[in-house]
Amino acid sequence: MNDPLDASALLDQLTTGLTHWLTESHRPDPLMVGIHTGGAWVAEQLHTRLGFKEPLGRLDIAFYRDDFTRIGMHPLVRPSQLPFEIEGRHLVLVDDVLHTGRTIRAALNELFDYGRPASVALAVLIDRGGRELPIVADVIGTMLELPPEQHIKLSGPEPLALAYVKRGTGRENEH
Amino acid sequence: MSTGLQVDSAGRLRHFLDVAGLKRQQLVEIMDTAESFSEVADRSIKKVPLLRGKTVVNLFFEASTRTRTTFELAAKRLSADILNLDVSTSATTKGESLLDTLRNLEAMHADMFVVRHAESGAAHFVARHAAPHVGVINAGDGCHAHPTQAMLDMFTIRRVKGEFTPLTVAIVGDILHSRVARSQIHALNTLGVRAVRVIAPQTLLPPQIEQLGVEVHHDIHEGVRDADVIITLRLQRERMDGRLLPSKHEYFQLYGLTETNLATAKADAIVMHPGPINRGVELDSGTADGPRSVILQQVTHGIAIRMAVISMVMAAHTGETTE
Repeated sequence: MNDPLDASALLDQLTTGLTHWLTESHRPDPLMVGIHTGGAWVAEQLHTRLGFKEPLGRLDIAFYRDDFTRIGMHPLVRPSQLPFEIEGRHLVLVDDVLHTGRTIRAALNELFDYGRPASVALAVLIDRGGRELPIVADVIGTMLELPPEQHIKLSGPEPLALAYVKRGTGRENEH
Repeated sequence: MSTGLQVDSAGRLRHFLDVAGLKRQQLVEIMDTAESFSEVADRSIKKVPLLRGKTVVNLFFEASTRTRTTFELAAKRLSADILNLDVSTSATTKGESLLDTLRNLEAMHADMFVVRHAESGAAHFVARHAAPHVGVINAGDGCHAHPTQAMLDMFTIRRVKGEFTPLTVAIVGDILHSRVARSQIHALNTLGVRAVRVIAPQTLLPPQIEQLGVEVHHDIHEGVRDADVIITLRLQRERMDGRLLPSKHEYFQLYGLTETNLATAKADAIVMHPGPINRGVELDSGTADGPRSVILQQVTHGIAIRMAVISMVMAAHTGETTE
């Protein structure tokens, strides 16, 4: 793979990886939940490709972020939608880029306010390193080591495209 | 007056005192945020951790059940701690001044005051004198404003009707004494409805009400004609003492909402009321409990709107410490 940010190729790898992982880990009838917005776009694609029968769930973790006292409310918060009962079910949580792990921490907290799932697996398109919490993905499209000031932005939903962006602090959009 | 006080230079809502002075986009943002919060009520754990460690004080100088309890529930669903102070029976009767009460509550590290007071301008006064880290929300001041009620009404209308621009909204009842009506009229005009009508006897209309951008009707049949939304207002008992109105019975005959009166409204018109309703005065039971009534939805929406306003005002004070 020549272009490390070829979204379509990464999505293929993630699809293959997740298919194998679900078979090997014996997690029957999993439900899929994407994190708003990039994670939800990736999840839509995976959901279709893997032929999940139940609808896709979407989480907006704005009310669970750990930086409210520093930066306040995020504009354009969307309602979270989990159109199913998660109690006792296996979940696949999907995000676009895994960075600090803070988004995943928030997403896990939010999920558990809907019930007690049997398990939660994490699938991400890109693991870019820089973790600040003990969180690891179960399935990834690829791994990239990026300097702290370098970020990756996913645009979509159709087509999905990845690009490098530089941000001052990167604090506005921690992954 | 309230613009500089309630909105900071970055456009954030520092206090929520009045709908008047806010722009359409700000009202839409409140409703959009409430939309996100309304889903929290469907969860097994009806709570988000957003305001953990923050303290909200319900400062009610005037009796209220619905408004106080929905503010309380809203704060609790945001994980804030809430203190209910029925001030009419506590400090002030012992002679403590309002400012001393505020200073004491600030010393207890309160982050927000939700103020209900019988005098117009009370919440503005509290906002002007509160410590910089404290946000203030007006839960009704005299005959002046009741902005969270108006916003939950707008949210209810938007959820049922979608767009505001094609709507004709009729407000029936005691406009003169109604802080709810005043806030609703500002909100409806800011959101760009086609027409706002007020329907009331001359004695219950403030002079020059037309200047607020409303059509005046004295006949309910004419007033509700082709209306999409009919809002009935509570008739306060103290207004029924005979000076402004002949009798409850006569009021109901002329201005009470019934299926018959509603015949000229649009077929899909909705009926609203801020509560508590006086059955057989502002409307009959058939209408209050009928298919057009969204009165109980208003109560539910009150929680989401108050969650939105509390969190937005709290967010505008982030970075300011209590010290």
